[in-house]
Amino acid sequence: MSGPWSEEAEEDASLLAGTTDVELIKRAWRNEKAAPEILQFEGPLVLRVREQIQLLEETVEESTENGSNDLVVSLYQMDLDRTLFLLRSYLRIRLQKIEKYMIHISKTNLWNRLSEQEKKFTKRCTEIMEKLLEQSVLARLPYGYKSFLKQSISSEEDDMVPEPQLDTFVFCKAKDAVGAFQLDDSGDEIVDLVADDLLNIGQSNLHLLRGAKGRGIVHCKHLLDYGVFVGVPGDNLNYSETSYCLN
Amino acid sequence: MAGQSDPHLSVFSPPEVEFLAEDEMVEIIPKLSLGSLHMICGDFGPFRPNIASEVPLWLAVALKKRGKCDIRAPDWMSVDKLMQILEAERESPREFQPLPFHYIEISKLLFEHAHDNLQDIYMVRSLIEDIRDVRFHKVETGLQTISGRTHAVKLKNLSAMEVNIVRPFMIRTLQAFYKHDSPHIIQQPERSGSRRPQAPDRGPRRDLRSR
Repeated sequence: MSGPWSEEAEEDASLLAGTTDVELIKRAWRNEKAAPEILQFEGPLVLRVREQIQLLEETVEESTENGSNDLVVSLYQMDLDRTLFLLRSYLRIRLQKIEKYMIHISKTNLWNRLSEQEKKFTKRCTEIMEKLLEQSVLARLPYGYKSFLKQSISSEEDDMVPEPQLDTFVFCKAKDAVGAFQLDDSGDEIVDLVADDLLNIGQSNLHLLRGAKGRGIVHCKHLLDYGVFVGVPGDNLNYSETSYCLN
Repeated sequence: MAGQSDPHLSVFSPPEVEFLAEDEMVEIIPKLSLGSLHMICGDFGPFRPNIASEVPLWLAVALKKRGKCDIRAPDWMSVDKLMQILEAERESPREFQPLPFHYIEISKLLFEHAHDNLQDIYMVRSLIEDIRDVRFHKVETGLQTISGRTHAVKLKNLSAMEVNIVRPFMIRTLQAFYKHDSPHIIQQPERSGSRRPQAPDRGPRRDLRSR
């Protein structure tokens, strides 16, 4: 089990590259919003952002007490509110996804992407949901249909577990030139990506992007696992203005 | 599961797109003296009266609202530039002209809060509206060209708000084409359990490409 904090080294590298934490949390927020499945929790980043928020909150409070320049205080307050919004929204989207896919997450390796608090939340959430369904519906159903996870006793797999739709199309925005690459085995479709180009691409073709640059831009272990996509310094694509198209 | 209420279908709400646009840098002419601001999102200033300075749009608007600065309209927001763009936009039915990624949001915010800093505001406003219309029309006709053979659509120079608007349609179209174009996927159980990830899923997609 790789811990949720394992990306620390990468984070530090992008810090050195001069990207502010706000920029990073904004990227994390956009990616989390655009991705159908839950992404790796940005532990160290969240911690840093929280520290900075706390620091600024103290400064703002002090300045309000000394009655220093109202204008400056209000400007700092706005900066604070913007950062708070990003952080809250980031955490909330994750909670939403957890609520939706809690069982799927706890059964797969997505589990390792959660923070400790999120893991606790997932467990409690599952317990409560199970109890609720048990009491309100399942207990009253005939034998064979009482399972929380299966449609009926004849189901081989857990077929009542909602899963995120991973087999999708994505919008990518190239951060810098990716270069030309084939989209097609036969080679009649060639795409040349320069910085800021938007591309809507079938999930199954994402690995071609990786091939184009020769570096691990997209992690295709499962075709669909973009964990590496996020927050890697020098990645050529980010989800930024991105979305998924189903199937 | 993928019903209409699925939040993934419209990932960002318009206010959220505007929020992102507010981080774009603009030039202001301060009307006050103010030391450097060390904010979480970066350091700005120091500000001296009449000496231009670069700040994010939200900060510029906040100062402007209090009458503490003038915002310098970006270069592309001039009648000449916009006329050129509109013309080029009309002449090339398949291409989009380069405009700032957040041009719709930026111009909206400036019209709202800095109208006295803009020249020929009515002209500029109607030009931007025309450009928007022409581009949207192209987006709509562009959607018609999507087919089952589409594996990737390159959207050069499309702006944030435009992408955001077209996203749900694009999703539905590609989704539908994909579904009807790959008969194999119907034969296998819709949602095979989590333990059979790669092999069965890959087949139909390959087919889609080579067809």
